Order: sequence, then structure tokens, then C-alpha cells
Amino acid sequence: MTPAKDKELSDLMRAVLAGDESGYARLLGDIARLIRPIARRKIGSGAGLDPEDIVQETLLAVHLKRHTWRPEEPIGPWIYAIARYKIIDAYRRRGHRVELDIAAFADTLAGEEKQTVLARDVQRALDCLSDGQRQVVSAIGVEGASIEETAKRLGMKETAVRVALHRGLAAIAAKFGKTD
Amino acid sequence: MRTEDLITALAADTSSTRTGQDRAWTLAILGSVVLAGLVFFATIGPRADLMAAVQTLRFDFKFVLTLSLALSGFMVLRAAAVPGARVPLRALLIAPVLGFAAVGTELMALPAGVWAMAAVGKNMLVCLTFIPLISLAPVLVLTLALRNGAPTRPALSGALVGLTAGAIGATFYAAHCTDDSPLFVMVWYPIAIALVTAMGAALGRLFVRW
Repeated sequence: MTPAKDKELSDLMRAVLAGDESGYARLLGDIARLIRPIARRKIGSGAGLDPEDIVQETLLAVHLKRHTWRPEEPIGPWIYAIARYKIIDAYRRRGHRVELDIAAFADTLAGEEKQTVLARDVQRALDCLSDGQRQVVSAIGVEGASIEETAKRLGMKETAVRVALHRGLAAIAAKFGKTD
Repeated sequence: MRTEDLITALAADTSSTRTGQDRAWTLAILGSVVLAGLVFFATIGPRADLMAAVQTLRFDFKFVLTLSLALSGFMVLRAAAVPGARVPLRALLIAPVLGFAAVGTELMALPAGVWAMAAVGKNMLVCLTFIPLISLAPVLVLTLALRNGAPTRPALSGALVGLTAGAIGATFYAAHCTDDSPLFVMVWYPIAIALVTAMGAALGRLFVRW
């Protein structure tokens, strides 16, 4: 990550942590583009792993653990450390051990590669949610509905939609921390 | 689920305000000290001659050791909960170095004939029982705070929880124990704290995945 890119992403995250979430989707999209080529390189074919799973698990972790980033530090090492943890964790869950050198992450440029395969892990985790949580996460994520529209459509209060969304996403992320 | 869909869902999840790290750790350390103190005063309590004991160098030095271990352990633990942060593991050497220096001084101060007696002391079973017991609540509270963080090495971070909690327990226990010789302190306290450290590492492995 170039210092300029790091500063751009750091500024976005600082704004998010301060309550201005308008650039949050752009920040997460940039992080996905940073992680994707690393995940592709680290996860060869035959490992029984899909690199896009790593991207999605990293995004979930970045989201749920964003309060652990120290705003006065560069954000690059924080993002790479999370991605590295998620790659090691994905192997661990499948009974492999893997040693990754953090240096391999430092000089990676964001690739322009397109996402080709749909990730399966998050989809499987989504299938395990309660009906209410799944409906809310699908409506907002897949169909792109807003909180208000989702509330109206499902006959829920907006606060209940927010809670269901957060709990659903946290439950999806929690599935990856389990030794299964 | 496509990654763009996930990003849309994540970006909509703006209501989640997690406890900040500073606040979580402050609460955890305060809670740890209060709970450890409650267990301490409800069970063994301070020694009867506390006022006289604080006038002696050997008694006071026990707290230099346990508090330097607690503080350095806590500092390293906090760093271990942040992805990508440098974990200053070497700070953990401060207490052992001080301890071994004290052992060297004590060996020079005491005649060789009483070394063994000073090291064995009278309280080793109490020490091995109550340091882990007093440390139990701190281990649990600090593990909760660690779960709020994002440690990329869960077992190591859990061990740091155990080390910090063990040092807190040892600090209270030191106010009870009448064996003040560094020869006793540097044998039995490390064994007791190692037990708590192992417990913390196990809890970290099991419960601090994220």
C-alpha cells in the first residue's frame, strides 16, 4: 500500500469512527480490492478454499473490529494483519497449518482482478441465521434495500431492523471463529 | 452472497457502537483489581503485622516485582489485542531481571546455611493455592476485554491475560504472606503465576477466536 493510499483509507476510517459513514462502502470496497490478490496468491487451487471467502471474512472482521484500529497509526498494517489472521484461520478450520510471512503482505498493490466466483462460506453462514436476521441481511445486502424500506416491507421497527442486521452480521462472523 | 452485497450490508450496519479499546481495558483492569481485592479480603486478608512489615525492604520489594510484572503484562496485552501492532514482549523481562538481581543480593546477604530455609518458607501451599484463586476473577474479566479486541495470536494473548491476572493476584497475596525473602518469592510466585498463565492461554485458545 502506498503512503498516499494509506492516508486515503485512514482518513475514510477516521471519518467512519467519528460517525460519518458516507465513505464506508468505498473504504470496504478498497479493502476488498487490496485483499483479493493476496488471497488469490496465498490460497492455491486444491486447498479446498475459495479466496473470495477470505475477502469476505476479512471485510466482516474489519467491520466488527474497526474500534481496535488506532487512528494515529497507519491503517495498512492493521488491515494486512487481519487478512493474514483470516487466511491462517481458514486453513486452521480445515485442519491445515500455515505459516505466513507478514512481509508478503506489505508490498502488494491493489489488483484490478474481477471477482469470478461467489464465496460460499458467508452464504452458508447466512443460511444458518434465524429467518428474521436472514431476511434483513438479504434485503439490505442482496437487494440493496435501505433500513427504512426493509422495516416497512418486513413490518418491523427500524431499530429492530438495525439490531437484526448487526446481530446477523456478527453471527456470520462468529461462525468463522469456531473450530468446526 | 456476492462481496458487493456483503459490503452493502456492512455499510448499512452503522448502529453498532462497540466499546472503545481504552474504555474496555480501563473497565477490565478496575474490575479485576476490585474483584481480586474482594476475594483477598474475604479469604486470607493482609498479615497481622502489616504496619511493621511495610517498614522492611524485603516486604516492599515484593510489590516492586509483582506490580512491575502486572504493569508490563498489561501493556503488552493491550498491544497484542491490536492487529498489526508491535508487541513489546521484551518489556516482560523487567520483573524477572529485578527478581534475579534481588536473589543475587539475598544470596550475598544470607549465610549459605539458611538459603534453603528461606526458599522453602512456611507458606508455599498457601501461595500456590491463593495466588491462582485471587487471580481467577481477573483472568475471566481480562479475557472478556480481550474478546472485545482483535488478537491475531489468541493463545499468546490469553497467556498475557493470565500473566497479568497472576501478577495482580500475587500483588494481593504478597500483602498476606510472611515469607519476604526473594529466594521464596522467586521460586513459588513464578510457579503460581505460571499456572494462571497456562489457564489464560487455554481460555484464549478456546474463547478468543474472532
